[in-house]
Amino acid sequence: MNSPTPGPQPVPHEAPPHSQRPVWRVTPSRLVAGLLLAALALVPVIAAAIGEPFYVTLFTRVVIFALAAVGLNLILGYGALVSFGHAMYIGIGAYAVGILAHHGVSNGWTQLAAALAVGAAVAVIIGLVCLRTSGMAFIMITLAFAQMFYFLCISLKQYGGDDGLTINARSDFGLFSLTSNTVLYYFAFILLIACLVVFQQLVHSRFGMVLRGCRSNERRMAALGFPTLRYKLTAYVISALVCVVAGALLANLAKFAAPSYMAWQASGDLIVMVVLGGMGTIVGPVAGAVALLIFEEILAGWTTHWMIVLGPMIVLIVLTAKKGLYGYLVDRDARRMASGGPGA
Amino acid sequence: MTVGLFLTQVLNGLQLGVLLFLLAAGLTLVFGIMNFVNLAHGSLYMMGAYFAATVFDRTGSFVLAGLIGIPATLLLGVIVERVALMRLYNRDHLDQVLATFGLILFFNELVRIIWGPASVYMNAPAALSGTVELFGLRYPSYRFAIIGVGLAVGLALYFLIHRTRIGMLIRAGATHPEIVSALGVNVRRLNTLVFGLGAALAGLAGLMAGPIVSVQSGMGEPILILTLVVIVTGGIGSIRGAFYGALIVGVVDTFGRAFLPTLLREFLERSLAQAAGPAIASMLIYVLMAVVLAIRPQGLFPVRHG
Repeated sequence: MNSPTPGPQPVPHEAPPHSQRPVWRVTPSRLVAGLLLAALALVPVIAAAIGEPFYVTLFTRVVIFALAAVGLNLILGYGALVSFGHAMYIGIGAYAVGILAHHGVSNGWTQLAAALAVGAAVAVIIGLVCLRTSGMAFIMITLAFAQMFYFLCISLKQYGGDDGLTINARSDFGLFSLTSNTVLYYFAFILLIACLVVFQQLVHSRFGMVLRGCRSNERRMAALGFPTLRYKLTAYVISALVCVVAGALLANLAKFAAPSYMAWQASGDLIVMVVLGGMGTIVGPVAGAVALLIFEEILAGWTTHWMIVLGPMIVLIVLTAKKGLYGYLVDRDARRMASGGPGA
Repeated sequence: MTVGLFLTQVLNGLQLGVLLFLLAAGLTLVFGIMNFVNLAHGSLYMMGAYFAATVFDRTGSFVLAGLIGIPATLLLGVIVERVALMRLYNRDHLDQVLATFGLILFFNELVRIIWGPASVYMNAPAALSGTVELFGLRYPSYRFAIIGVGLAVGLALYFLIHRTRIGMLIRAGATHPEIVSALGVNVRRLNTLVFGLGAALAGLAGLMAGPIVSVQSGMGEPILILTLVVIVTGGIGSIRGAFYGALIVGVVDTFGRAFLPTLLREFLERSLAQAAGPAIASMLIYVLMAVVLAIRPQGLFPVRHG
């Protein structure tokens, strides 16, 4: 029984795509998202007020990983492409800054342009190979390529090899320099907000519809005439470039670029952040990054063997909380709206 | 480049290859029959090595290390399967990858707590500590033993899968699980059996690798990722693919590391070759995997259905 129009497909997290402009209401999920971002915006102010400048550094890390997780979520949540190698792009961003700084180029724009150019080239080539496969093989191949870059960076003896590369000066963007921790924080924060705004538009655009269509049923999308590989590759490259930017910021924060940034555990951590916050929601990965990194920080304060707690926690999260922290709220709101709205 | 050096590297490659095969066989069986990816397979290998090293340290007997270490790993594998992994068989791959990722973190830290952060060393058994002379070439007999064990396991697995009733059920369960279940086979027990077999093979790999690598926390992951390359290159779910894939990856990796830096020196400037040689050598198997996938996305030896 093939009906010509697609039946009511379960679209888990978003409002139904055909509702053109629903009445904007303050729902619990939107409230939480707003509060979370407002709290992040105030971190340097609060840290200064209570005299704990350490929190600015900690939360810069949180914001940077939130940015990377938001990037990964574009393909993981909206495209169902499980990349287990996105830390590689964080590494590319970090090494672009590190290598250029090593040769005396500290202009931020040049560094960012180089990082994005290299990242885009790598992402197109690796994306083309990886997207030939799907499912399990895609996970393994993305992991293997990330591992390849990891070993490549270890063998770069002239750039520190295994020990990593120390960066003497943070990026200088002409109008502003990232030397101050507060400036770096707000730079990362503004980039995160910009990314959230752009992605909000992107996933509801035609491009986002096609991507989500591929997630539900790629064969149908192909039969409808969409060049699905091109759409998936574009999403893969965009998502990689967001991680490249996060990597450039991370290098600035730590004044250091190391192979460990692209270790396979880092890729796993990124996926945990996305799943913990809520896959396929815009703000979810931010919530996940905040929750995971703060949880790690607290655990590490208790015991050096904090991973013995974190590991089983991840297993439990996977077994019990399928929607994720923020995803649960979005889901509840969507169900309420559906039961309250007409003809749902 | 002498013939002797070449032959030594062939043997080194074979030895790495059969170790990879021991791991790849378990992983690919579990994947083939349960459609489940177990990233914690490397952790089982690590635990096997630790069990064996501990028994060897206490008793000094390699045979006893194997007799206790391998069943202990099997038992651990079955417990992990029953406690956590069994609930994940019907979930999507993302959940499986994440949960087993959590298990890796757990086991790595557990090992650090029990055995401490330093590496544990284990000697080869006294009977195999010498060298064997082959075509005028001296090669450690323990490494020969690894190759022998690997090939024997390969033969035994071939016999098990293609010539026994259990093997028939495993093959049938991989392609038509519902029908096998409807015919009255306890699929749950079959799953546990296959998982246990994989864990025992991982334990065997840990035992055999114990004397030639340093037994330490996190030792499972590099070899796990090589194993994933083997499985993807050979064809996911296929034992035959795992065998040939493991040998190809083992030999290519060993040859790359041994000969590529010298080979590049013939074409490139010395300093450039010195920098690029090790880098390209460490990337070689991933490039091989990419080429295989670009030509045959199913892998070199995919499972033949029908």
